[in-house]
Amino acid sequence: MKSSGPFTAVVLLSILSSACQPVLPTTRVHGLVYCAEGSPESFNPQLVTSGTTIDAISQHLYDRLLDINPDSGELIPGLAQSWQISDDGLTYRFQLRQDVEFHQTSYFSPTRTMNADDVQFTFGRLLSVQHPFHQTATEYPYFDSVEWQQLVAKLTVIGPYEIEFTLSKPDSSFLSTLATDFAAILSAEYGAQLISHNTLADLDQLPVGTGPFLYRHYQKDVLIRYYRHPKYWRQLPAMEQLVIDIVPDNTKRIAKLLTHECDVAPIPRLAELSLLSKRDDFVIDAQTSMNVGYWAFNTRTPPFDQVKVRQALSYAINKSNILQAVYFGQAEPANSLLPPTSWAYDKNLNIQRYDPLLAKKLLAEAGYPEGFQMDIWAMPVQRLYNPNALKMAELIQADLAQIGVRAKIVSYEWNTFRRKLRLGEHDSVLIGWSADNADPDNFLRPLLSCAAAISGSNRANWCDENYDQLIAKAVHTPVLEERRAFYQQAQQYQAEQMPLVPIAHSKRFQVRSRNISGVRINPYGGINFTAAGKSL
Amino acid sequence: MMFHYLLRRLFLLGFVFVALTIFAFSLGYLFPGDVLGNFTGLRNISPAEEIVLRQQLGLDQSYWQQYIYFNQRILDGNWALSFSSQQNVLDEIINVMPATLELASYALLLSLIVGIPLGIIAAVRKDKWLDKLISGLALVGYSIPIFWWALLLIMVFSLTLGWLPTSGRLSVLYEIPTMSGFMLPDILLSQVPYREEALVDAIRHLLLPAVVLATYPTTVMIRFTRESMLDVLEQNYIKTARAKGLTRLQVLYTHGLRNALLPVTRQVGLQFSTLITLAMITEVIFSWPGIGSWLIDGIYQRNFPAIQGGLLVVSSLVIAVNMFTEILHTMLNPLARKF
Repeated sequence: MKSSGPFTAVVLLSILSSACQPVLPTTRVHGLVYCAEGSPESFNPQLVTSGTTIDAISQHLYDRLLDINPDSGELIPGLAQSWQISDDGLTYRFQLRQDVEFHQTSYFSPTRTMNADDVQFTFGRLLSVQHPFHQTATEYPYFDSVEWQQLVAKLTVIGPYEIEFTLSKPDSSFLSTLATDFAAILSAEYGAQLISHNTLADLDQLPVGTGPFLYRHYQKDVLIRYYRHPKYWRQLPAMEQLVIDIVPDNTKRIAKLLTHECDVAPIPRLAELSLLSKRDDFVIDAQTSMNVGYWAFNTRTPPFDQVKVRQALSYAINKSNILQAVYFGQAEPANSLLPPTSWAYDKNLNIQRYDPLLAKKLLAEAGYPEGFQMDIWAMPVQRLYNPNALKMAELIQADLAQIGVRAKIVSYEWNTFRRKLRLGEHDSVLIGWSADNADPDNFLRPLLSCAAAISGSNRANWCDENYDQLIAKAVHTPVLEERRAFYQQAQQYQAEQMPLVPIAHSKRFQVRSRNISGVRINPYGGINFTAAGKSL
Repeated sequence: MMFHYLLRRLFLLGFVFVALTIFAFSLGYLFPGDVLGNFTGLRNISPAEEIVLRQQLGLDQSYWQQYIYFNQRILDGNWALSFSSQQNVLDEIINVMPATLELASYALLLSLIVGIPLGIIAAVRKDKWLDKLISGLALVGYSIPIFWWALLLIMVFSLTLGWLPTSGRLSVLYEIPTMSGFMLPDILLSQVPYREEALVDAIRHLLLPAVVLATYPTTVMIRFTRESMLDVLEQNYIKTARAKGLTRLQVLYTHGLRNALLPVTRQVGLQFSTLITLAMITEVIFSWPGIGSWLIDGIYQRNFPAIQGGLLVVSSLVIAVNMFTEILHTMLNPLARKF
C-alpha cells in the first residue's frame, strides 16, 4: 500500500496510548526476524552498493579477508590470518585460514575448504575480462569507484593458502577496500559447478559463502530465510534461523515492531523515534555513521575566494540551533569532514563557535563591512546526512542576515541540481557525503582534492596544492601513526581555509525488542547477527 | 425439464464468458503502452523478436483472428508475463488465489454460523429488546466502513493489547512447505516438529482478517434471515401447524427453518462478489498475500498483464459461483423452477 494515511495515524496513536505490554510469544526463541526496508537487488555484494541490500546479505552470508573492529575502526584478521606489505607498498601477501568451510545447501555441496583459488576466483572476476563470470554482470559499482582494474595489476596464487596482490601504484586504503562488505569471498568450486551446468547467473542469485548463515529461501518482496551455518569457523551464531522480513512501508514496520513480529528494524524517520523511545519494551540503538553534512562555498567565485569571507560565514551560523531544528538533536556537530569515530579524526580541532561579532569583524577586514548578497543552494532530497536542507537554508539565511549578508535560497529538481552544481553555477551549497569504506581517504579526497574538483564531487571547487600533498603523502605511507599525522594536518589546514563548513554527522538508528541482545549498528558496514541472542 | 433449465443456464454462462474475454482482450488495446508488451508482458523486445511475436499474436490479422488467438493462449495456460516479476500471470494467480479463497471461505462460514442463528432469534423475538439489539448491531455493522473497522481492531487487539499479529498468514519463523496453498491444511499435512505451534499461530493470524471480512456478510445474513423468517411465520401452514398443537420449537425447526433458509442460500451466491471486493481491502490492510493485494499492487505498478489476468480470473470466479448457487437454489426449491 503506497499511501497509508489512516494506518499511520492509528499506529502513532497506539504508540502514544498503549499502557499495556504486548504478550511476548513464548516459543520461537531460536529465530530472529529483521524487518528490512526493501528487497535485495542481488545476493552478491560485488554487484551492489545499496545499504538495504548490504544489510540483507553481506555479513550473514559471507566473510572477507579482513574485518574492521567496530569499536576502534582498526583492521583485524578475517579469512586472512596474516599479511605482509612490501616496502614499496606495491605487493600485499595474505596467508589464509585453513579451516573455513563453505555452505552446504540444496544446490551445492562443497568438497573442500576455502583456499587461495577461491580468493583468486573472487577478485579475478572483477579484474579480467577472460574470467568466465566477468561478463555476467554489467558493472561492479564499488570496485569501479575505487578503480580496481587500474589499481590491481596482478593476482598470484603463491601456495594453497597464500595469495599475493600486486598493485600498479601504492594505495594505503587498499586493505580497507578488502575489508568492506563488498569484498566478500565466493567459492571457486561452486563457480565451476555453475559453469558445468551452464547456469552462470546463479552465482549472484543463489549464494554460497562462508558466513555465519546460509541461504535457504527467498521470495521477492516477502522474505529471505537463512539458517545457521553449522560448520562456521568462528563461534557459532546463537540463532538457528534468521529471517529478513521485507516490509517497505515505514508505518507497517513500526506496527510489526509493536506486536513483536519484528525483533529488529531500522528506523529512518526521526519523528517516530521520539514516540518509540517512550515504550520500555524497546531499545533504540544509535550510532554515528560514516557521513557528513556540510555547507560548501564555491571558492572560484568572489567573494568566496577570500579565506576571511569563508571564515566569517562559518562563525556566523548557529550550529547547535541547526542540529536541534533539522536533525532533532539526533546528530553530532561536525568540526571536521571526518566523523569522530574515524581513527584519523583530530581530537584537537577547535570547535567552531558561534560568534557573529567576530564574523562581522572578519567581513570588514575582507572589505565587506556592509555585507553582500549570495545564494544558498539547498538540495531538494532527504538524505541521512541532511534530512531537510531547505529548513537548514532558512536557518542559515536568518543567521547571515545578522551580519548583513543577504542570502537567497535556491533549489532545483535533484538531477538539474546536480548538473548545475557540476557546472559550478552556485555560490554555496548545502549537501553531504556518505562514505563507502572506513578509510579517511574516502572523505578527504573525494570532497576537497583538485582531482575531485575536476571530476565534480568537490562542491567547493577548491584546489589547494598544500592540501593535496598532505592527503597524497598519507596514502603513500604504510605506517598508521604517520598516516594519522598527515590526515590531522590536512584536517587542520581545512579548518583554517574553510572551503566548506562541516555541519553534522548524523546518526543511524535501529529499534530492537528489549529481549534481543548482541545486535548493534556497525558504523563500517552492514548489520551483523552472529552474536545475537534472544531471551524470553 | 431440469435438463433444459441447466442447458439455458450454461448457455447464459457461455455468453457471459464471451463478453468477459472480449473485454479482457480489448484491454490490451485500451491500456496505455505498446500493444505487444501488454499482450505478452515482455519488455525491451528486440526488433527481431517483435516480428516473430507479432506473427504469433496475429497482430497483422483481423481483430477477430487476434481474439481467437487470445482465447487459445488463455486456454493453453500460455498467459502474459507479469511486468514486475516476468513470471506467467496464471502461475502467479494460482500462487496467491488459495490465500484469498481460504480467508473468504472462513469469513463466509463465520457469517453463516453467526448470522443465521441471530437472524432467527431476532425474527422469533420480533419487536422485543433482543430483536432491537440484534437489528441495531446489524445496522451498525452494515454501515461501518470496513477499513476503519479493520484499523480499529488492529489498534485494540494488536497494537495496544498485543494479542494478535497485524499482518501475514503465519509468523515468518515457521517454514511450512507449500502443498495445497491453503495454510491450515498445509500445516496439518506438513512433517515439521512445530506443527501445533504453527497451527495456533496461523489461527491467530487468521482471526482479525476473518472477523473483519465476515462483518458485512454477517449483517446481511442477519437481516435476510430475519425478513425471510418473518415471512414464513406469517404463512397459513405455520398457523395450521401451531393449531395442530406442535410446540413453537417444533414448528420452527420442521416447517419454518427449511423454507426460510431457501432464499438465504441464494443470498450466499449474491454476497460472493461483495465478499471478494471486501477481501481485497482486507488483504491490503493485513498484508494478506492473496489475489486482492496482488491485484492492487499490480494497479500501483501499472502491471497491465496482471490487471488483465486478475480481472479475468476474479470475474470468472464470481460469475461461476453466482451461477452455481442459483442452480443449487433452483434444485432445492420447487417454486423457483419456472420452466
